[in-house]
Amino acid sequence: MTVLLLRFLIGGVVVSLFAILADIFRPRSFAGLFGAAPSIALATIGLTIHHNGTLYAAIEARSMIAGAFAMAVYAAIVSCVLLRYKPPTLAITLALLPLWFGVSFGIWQLSLR
Amino acid sequence: MIVDINLASIKTTKLHEYAIRFFFGGLVTAAAGFIAMRYGPVIGGLFLAFPAIFPASATLIESHEKLAKQRAGYDGTKRGRIAAGIDATGTFLGALALLLFAFVLYRFLPSHNPTLTLVTASLTWLILSIFLWLLVKRRHFIRR
Repeated sequence: MTVLLLRFLIGGVVVSLFAILADIFRPRSFAGLFGAAPSIALATIGLTIHHNGTLYAAIEARSMIAGAFAMAVYAAIVSCVLLRYKPPTLAITLALLPLWFGVSFGIWQLSLR
Repeated sequence: MIVDINLASIKTTKLHEYAIRFFFGGLVTAAAGFIAMRYGPVIGGLFLAFPAIFPASATLIESHEKLAKQRAGYDGTKRGRIAAGIDATGTFLGALALLLFAFVLYRFLPSHNPTLTLVTASLTWLILSIFLWLLVKRRHFIRR
């Protein structure tokens, strides 16, 4: 429980810092890079290595490749939909989140399992 | 200048908007750890690249842009959504760089110094994402 709380606090801080970076940079397309910054990984990998070792962290990183690919697909489609059809942003970003799950777990099913 | 730094935008973000980002960022980070503990590192690792605060950030961009346009006497709805779409284009490029970040960790963590590997992976992400952004900017003249 303490480890999870620690992860929550560190994760909150690191993700917020990258969000602030995204706020201050212009143009928007450049600021958007920070939306895919390795914030969660940077927040947790140190703890993971400390508790479970580098091999365990490397296995997580291998899966992260699939997660990153899913994030690229998700962001590309969100961008296309927002720029072409201009729907409400919150609705479309939430409605397309299952796409991230579909792609990442699809890769897991096909090659990581 | 190609990239500007606008520190004033920090003040336009409200305290509850910072709190939302902190909460979701912390929640997803803790959830990734919990999933790894419960289901193992293969499943847990997927969530290291979960778009944790993307919906919240994109919505904030839309509302800030809309508000700025409304202050100038325009509706701003369309402009807000376009700004969020352009931001997502950048996130797409960052996610491509994130693939390499994860690969560097996967390939070098077991055999090299962890701190050095983490620094190398982070620099790889930064350099590749900026390179990709410059490449796209040059090809498509993204200026917003």
